[in-house]
Amino acid sequence: MRWVCILFPQLALDAALRQRPEPDAALALLSGTPQRRVIQAVNAAARELGLRPGQSLTAAQALSKNFASAEYDADEIAHWQQFLAAWAYRFSSQVSLHYPRTLVFEIESSLGLFGPWPQLEARLRQELSELGFRHRIVSAPNPAAARVLANAYDGLAVTDLEQLRQALGRMPVERLGLPPGAATALSRMGLRTFAQLRGLPRDTLARRFDAGLLKHLDTLLGERSLALAFYQPPDRFDLRIELNFDVLSHQALLFPLRRLTSDLAAFLCGRDSGVQRFDLHLEHVELPDTLIKVGLLSAEREPAMLFELARGRLEQVQVPAPVRGVRLVAEDLPRFVPQHRELFDERPQQSLPWEQLRERLRARLGDEAVHGLRFHADHRPECSWQPVGDSQACPLLPGPRRPGWLLREPLALQEGAARILMGPERIESGWWDGGDVRRDYYLIETRGGQQGWAYRPVGEAGPLLLQGWFA
Amino acid sequence: MGAVVALETLFNAGRVWKGRPTAPAASPQPTGHAMLDAALPSGGWPEAALTEILIAAQGVGELQLLWPTLARLSAAGERIVLVAPPHVPYPQAWQSAGVDLRQLSVIQAGERDALWAAEQCLRSGSCGAVLCWPQQADDRALRRLQVAAETGQTLAFAYRPLKEAINPSPAALRLAVEARPAQLRILKCRGGLAHSAPIAFAPGH
Repeated sequence: MRWVCILFPQLALDAALRQRPEPDAALALLSGTPQRRVIQAVNAAARELGLRPGQSLTAAQALSKNFASAEYDADEIAHWQQFLAAWAYRFSSQVSLHYPRTLVFEIESSLGLFGPWPQLEARLRQELSELGFRHRIVSAPNPAAARVLANAYDGLAVTDLEQLRQALGRMPVERLGLPPGAATALSRMGLRTFAQLRGLPRDTLARRFDAGLLKHLDTLLGERSLALAFYQPPDRFDLRIELNFDVLSHQALLFPLRRLTSDLAAFLCGRDSGVQRFDLHLEHVELPDTLIKVGLLSAEREPAMLFELARGRLEQVQVPAPVRGVRLVAEDLPRFVPQHRELFDERPQQSLPWEQLRERLRARLGDEAVHGLRFHADHRPECSWQPVGDSQACPLLPGPRRPGWLLREPLALQEGAARILMGPERIESGWWDGGDVRRDYYLIETRGGQQGWAYRPVGEAGPLLLQGWFA
Repeated sequence: MGAVVALETLFNAGRVWKGRPTAPAASPQPTGHAMLDAALPSGGWPEAALTEILIAAQGVGELQLLWPTLARLSAAGERIVLVAPPHVPYPQAWQSAGVDLRQLSVIQAGERDALWAAEQCLRSGSCGAVLCWPQQADDRALRRLQVAAETGQTLAFAYRPLKEAINPSPAALRLAVEARPAQLRILKCRGGLAHSAPIAFAPGH
């Protein structure tokens, strides 16, 4: 067994920063009652201004006014931890959120797929940096040891028990994850490191401290296993970005939109599913949300494509009021089936598959704009075709020639404008569904040489009605 | 004089007569009409280029001109896209002309969006043939279609009214379909002198 611990030293701050277009601007996270606002976390730029965690907001504002502030929200942190677990679920099925602000997952069984550990570690780091989270990564034979070593190391990879003993032996007592009372008592006894602590007889330790201490030490060395509850990915994706200002143009929504769609793509990769439909909610201050439905014909999860499609829909929407927040909800997450591609494409390399092209067209022109054509077995010409998403083969029916073009509305022909070449052919059908027709069809030719298909209802003497062109 | 003229331009302009000891290789895109193939310099539709079909009115056989090509492409599994067709394609007629309806897609769009959609389809390279009916396409719009067809290696067909014949066009081939008498005229073709004599074309017989 090999466990990876990824510690997020500033999860709340990273989560707030990644929602902002300029991550380098000074930012402070605030908590506390409205009467006494206290800074919880600051980024590097804010630290340069002299802001420190624990300062009151009034003291901070006395130092500088050039910083933005956001709420420090415990629910938000839990939410982002869930999101990161969904991301890590891609690499391992045993992902645990046992420790706060930390992911612990088993990786030994996945190394066959993802390559040796240094390679996988580089990949984890790269993906986390792209997602915008600072991190420390440590791997160790058991989850408790990995968590404790992450307190002091970054990039440490412990493979066997002997190495683990050495690495843990150097750890100071305060950083072993012991209850604060026990850690203080131990350091007052003159015990500085884990090695010294291990050197003590067990019975004396058991007499002076409660049972939790020995249990914890055993767990660290893997002599006692740690029961972990594993993460189960949810069946829906719901993410919201609150904007701190009124947005009036869609340009300003593109950054949060890109963030939302790339997060959705990361989530989908973890679940190995795609998305076929998702909703974008544009939140207004007083009015109900504007809902933008984005539908795809097949399940997709390419971040750039999701962004482009959502953008295509967004650009056409007119909102009644300024937008204060964007939310992306995806309920329907079907299995992702990768595209079948030829090894030797006949087409040039930059070609776009038809499925993606169709989505792009639908995103701009509307859902109904792209369709196939299906033959419907009906003698009435206006009922003999159906626009469908996917065309199907139709049986080839013997019979007289039919025109290539069918007019949507029959057109009355002027008397003497055309001469009849052939006919009549009677079509009499539809008495069962109320659309009863009795018509005599003629092949006609106009003076200009156009060949058309026209009819006259049986028993009427009116002009011929043109219904098609033999184009 | 004195200007350096590339040999290729002279050949393309059709100003230099070239003896042809061997018959030209068969075109990869035959039109399906033997007489038209014989008249075209490449023996078929110009590859990866825009072809303009000028018609006086609807119903003079303008679809029957293309049906053999569309049937061949759809049988080969290529996609055929109709961008904003003026009427509904009658499935039975298209089917009996040999066009596989499973490979046929229709895009409904307004005037401006239709040009955009046609360009996207051509550029993507995932379609075998793209048919469009530009209403007020100017020189620039047609040039865009021509460039897109080159980029995506796709056959592009634009139907336009016959009165546009007097305006210049960047299309590689311009064909006029006339009803009285039923004939085709090649107004312009790249890679050879336009065949001046009309070609008999009898639709639907």
